[in-house]
Amino acid sequence: MKSRVISFIKRAAAVALFAPAMAMAAGAVLHLDKAPVSTDPAALQHGAKLFVNYCLNCHGASFLRYNRLQDIGLSEAAIRDNLMFTGEKTGDQMKVAMSRAEAKQWFGAAPPDLTLVARARASEFGSGADWLYTYLRQFHRDPNRPTGWNNLVFPNVGMPNVLWELQGEQVAKAGEHGSTLELVKPGKLSPEEYDKAVADLVSYIVWMGEPVAEKRKVIGMYVLAFLAGLFVLALALKKNYWKDIH
Amino acid sequence: MTTKSQALLNWVDERFPLTSSIKGHLTEYYAPKNFNFWYFFGSLALMVLVIQIVTGIFLVMHYKPDASLNAAGVPVAFASVEYIMRDVPGGWIIRYLHSTGASAFFIVVYLHMFRGLLYGSYRKPRELIWIFGTLIFLVLMAEAFMGYLLPWGQMSFWGAQVIVNLFSAIPLIGPDLSLVIRGDFVVSDATLNRFFSFHVIAVPLVLIGLVAAHIIALHEVGSNNPDGIEIKKKKDANGIPLDGIPFHPYYTVKDIVGVVAFLFFFSAVVFFAPEAGGYFLEFNNFLPADPLVTPLHIAPVWYFTPFYSVLRAVTYPLFGLDAKFWGVVAMGASVVVIAFLPWLDRSPVKSMRYKGPVFKGAVAIFVVCFVILGYLGVLPPTPGRTLVSQICSVLYFAFFLAMPWYSKLDKCKPEPERVTFK
Repeated sequence: MKSRVISFIKRAAAVALFAPAMAMAAGAVLHLDKAPVSTDPAALQHGAKLFVNYCLNCHGASFLRYNRLQDIGLSEAAIRDNLMFTGEKTGDQMKVAMSRAEAKQWFGAAPPDLTLVARARASEFGSGADWLYTYLRQFHRDPNRPTGWNNLVFPNVGMPNVLWELQGEQVAKAGEHGSTLELVKPGKLSPEEYDKAVADLVSYIVWMGEPVAEKRKVIGMYVLAFLAGLFVLALALKKNYWKDIH
Repeated sequence: MTTKSQALLNWVDERFPLTSSIKGHLTEYYAPKNFNFWYFFGSLALMVLVIQIVTGIFLVMHYKPDASLNAAGVPVAFASVEYIMRDVPGGWIIRYLHSTGASAFFIVVYLHMFRGLLYGSYRKPRELIWIFGTLIFLVLMAEAFMGYLLPWGQMSFWGAQVIVNLFSAIPLIGPDLSLVIRGDFVVSDATLNRFFSFHVIAVPLVLIGLVAAHIIALHEVGSNNPDGIEIKKKKDANGIPLDGIPFHPYYTVKDIVGVVAFLFFFSAVVFFAPEAGGYFLEFNNFLPADPLVTPLHIAPVWYFTPFYSVLRAVTYPLFGLDAKFWGVVAMGASVVVIAFLPWLDRSPVKSMRYKGPVFKGAVAIFVVCFVILGYLGVLPPTPGRTLVSQICSVLYFAFFLAMPWYSKLDKCKPEPERVTFK
């Protein structure tokens, strides 16, 4: 009986494991770099700073309140002094002042809200973090685009490379295995420093997608430990009641 | 018991069948003593139903069925789910319990149905239990489908659009029928509000009624068991089945073990992988519904995919009617045919333990086809995949429709006189 149950579970697990791999075999393949996502408060704080300075001008994060940033170790005063530039209150949500109708005129599409983007961009090719990490590092100059920028992960994207002063300028070179990028004009940061900055930004965006995620896992450990203990008791109770049943 | 509480109990019993109900359904309901692993899933299904109702009550306190856009340009319904996830204390846990509960419900119910198939639990005298069960499954699918619209994400919106459009394939009444279901010409605020109403009150009422009927019918005829023999045939001097044990305390304490084990795996998903790799919460559903942007690939949630594959497998028009219409018919038939199992199985024995190689082989093929259909339903169609799903759909129906013949032909083993432990 037991061995049958175990073999059933094993088979079910095998099916579940191979399903994503087989899904990838179909359709176009997107090559994404693995994002080094961090939960370190210093990285998240650096990411928050980049987000507020470079992203929040056009993209909102309308499900997140500024004071939630206390979860990544910032004090309310620090949030107000360093990350808020208008007369909002710390209990307000991260919204943009730009009107959606105007934004649509300027960029062709209103810039999407980014609170959940790390969860929405997940696919069989990689996590949402991988997508963002690759996307933010693959902008290149393209004179045919109205903004002067294009992107290898998201072709003909409406967004220009807002991080260009940090990254510098890349151009795309057509090669045998698709296009490759070459840095032609260095930015304020070296490529390694830029990758690290993007990693921090992406870590922050991942955190923003589900601020409770780390706490959830901690609570989960207690819940599972409790249930494991309860299982031992429940089994002992059952065995005691059933000892005379043959 | 003290005389005072005994007097109170007597007072109640003269006006309401309290003691006799407890006896009839728990302490003197005799269940076969040889239930195995597969018999946990009935009580687990009941528990998941309770989880869904309780978490649902709390979600309704904060959720808003409103498709209009808020100041940030996000639909209010979508934003209210994120409000639950972020600003309502403990809201995230309630929401994950509910979203994981939906998938868990189907896992448990599929295993519960498979148990019935393994041990012939649908056979005489349990036909009505099986019919009520099939109806529960049907109503559960409606409940899940309508609930999936409520977060108002891209998959919610486009999934509902695809499924409601199917009804328009029905001749004559189709277009008007889909209009009535949507309440509009496209999936809109009207659709969201009526699905909300159905999801939180109308369908759950029907579901609870059917579950009650399912259990009352079961307790009338008594439970089947892995040997597929009737324990009521061998009784002691007091009229108690020799192989029966009182449901309470024996199966209550045993089911607690099952409940705790289930909650362990359930919590592992809730706390460590609530998206379950995009199968329980689809990635695209983290984007708010946008009627102007159709996703490249619209996949239903995993628990609908076997039947969705049957729908897509039908690619030929017939009698001047669209292939889509026949697809809808085939999909409907693939669920309804399950209800006829009691009259399709003509085997002299009930349990798989004593059935012959033909029936065992048929069940094995059926399970493989069901899993393949489910897997293909997640993927976009290609000519090769459509062919595989057509073969699997034919085998799916053949399993049921050819059963009267192959179940009779089969070489069965003799059933034991008394139940056995294996």
